[in-house]
Amino acid sequence: MSLVHAHDLKAFYGDAQALFGVDFRVEQGEVVAIIGANGAGKSTFLKALTGLVKVPRDAVLFDGQPIGSLPPGEIVKRGLAKVPEGRRLFPSLSVEENLLMGAFAGRPGPWDLARLYAMFPILKEKRLNPGTSLSGGQQQMVAIGRALMANPSVLLCDELSLGLAPIVIQEIYAALPRITAEGMSVVVVEQDVSVAMRVSQRVVCLQEGRVSLEGASSALTREQISAAYFGVYA
Amino acid sequence: MIETLLQGLLLGGLYSLFALGLSLMFGVMRLTNTAQGDFIVLGGFAAITAAAQFALHPAIAVLLLLPVAFGVGYALQRWVLNGTLGRDPLPSLVVTFGLSIVVQNALLELFSADPRSLDSGGLNTQSLALGAVNVGVLPLLIFGVAVVCTAGLQWLFTATKLGRAFRAVSDDREIAELMGLSAHTVYALATAIAFVLIAIAGSLQAMRTTVSPSDGPLLLLFAFEAVIIGGMGSFWGSFAGAMLLGLTQQIGFRIDPGWGLWAGHVMFLAVLVVRPQGLFPKTRG
Repeated sequence: MSLVHAHDLKAFYGDAQALFGVDFRVEQGEVVAIIGANGAGKSTFLKALTGLVKVPRDAVLFDGQPIGSLPPGEIVKRGLAKVPEGRRLFPSLSVEENLLMGAFAGRPGPWDLARLYAMFPILKEKRLNPGTSLSGGQQQMVAIGRALMANPSVLLCDELSLGLAPIVIQEIYAALPRITAEGMSVVVVEQDVSVAMRVSQRVVCLQEGRVSLEGASSALTREQISAAYFGVYA
Repeated sequence: MIETLLQGLLLGGLYSLFALGLSLMFGVMRLTNTAQGDFIVLGGFAAITAAAQFALHPAIAVLLLLPVAFGVGYALQRWVLNGTLGRDPLPSLVVTFGLSIVVQNALLELFSADPRSLDSGGLNTQSLALGAVNVGVLPLLIFGVAVVCTAGLQWLFTATKLGRAFRAVSDDREIAELMGLSAHTVYALATAIAFVLIAIAGSLQAMRTTVSPSDGPLLLLFAFEAVIIGGMGSFWGSFAGAMLLGLTQQIGFRIDPGWGLWAGHVMFLAVLVVRPQGLFPKTRG
């Protein structure tokens, strides 16, 4: 049984349909990358998984249980946490307070402040600073740390590399093996295809709200990805 | 002149109690409670009624009123005001305006238009000699309560888990809910605390002077002016705003008994023109 299973997932913003029957699975300990152009439905898909976009109850199963109609707070308590696009730290809260907000759901697990500070030592130095006063890369570390504090079984990362310098992206993704070391699954939404291929075991490409390609990262060719990404077939 | 300044600060203490609940509700959920003044009056009448009906010492009556106010505030937010929140501030303004009319008319129906006061057990006639100046014990006590309430609220906001939740939902409700918070519950707790402050303010107003069903709009105006002068959502800012308002009114009264309230309004307008965000905007952690 897959840890996360979305079946025939359709999502709407008012009358506008954004997802058209997406099928998607994540196994325990797996790193899956979701790629696709702007407007392909990647972020909507993550919002549907986390309860921010309402979908039918049985359209998303987590550990075999339907979570499609649950509120976001209930979904994080079940074990699905998200690093939102654009980081969205709380401006009124310090770095440490932002991290502590992640633990609000109260799930037990290995991640606590000490472990996060060991992984990102700069955050300990700046723990009393306002979260939004940090550099983009450091803010991304806080956003990842905040999600990890929920001790999720599945970590959903929306556009981690957005607006960051390549060296910073490398530093952020270097933390991934430590995150997955104890069996946590990770779903990474990425526009940067090369980064997505490098960090994931499996890639799912979305195009106009539909899955246009799926396969092992090591097995897919550049041509296949280009065709699925842009919808241009030779 | 020293006596005038001192009286102004003490009056500011009462105004800051009027303002704290308003500041809290705006700071957490951007809700402007236009029924604030009428709820303060309601709190005063509730304390008067409790003390009279059950023959209670006024302090006991006020203490018993606080958990009731907490419950009323929680229920009002949970089942009425939460439904009005959104990007458009108009629904909450209209609903609280409607509540203000309901409260005023209900009080008129129940208690008539006569002003009433809460027996303070002689506190309102006692005074302390501070050098050459005599200061009323009750205004001094009210000032002390205002300082304690402001400091307590600031501590709650900056040093507790609930305060973090208040700030988080105020910053970004969607992300706060992703962390496992229920924004509706957090909002209800904020209003519950605001209503405890409203009950304290109403009881002390009824002890210091009188309350009548039509007083609400003027009390709202004082609360609103204090909050705007200090900066919306900032507790010590509201406190400072209330002090400035009290001082200005007292100086106005000293110049001419008819100028007091007018002087306060002029100072409020001046701040609005020169520094529309207020003197100390938004409480930060």
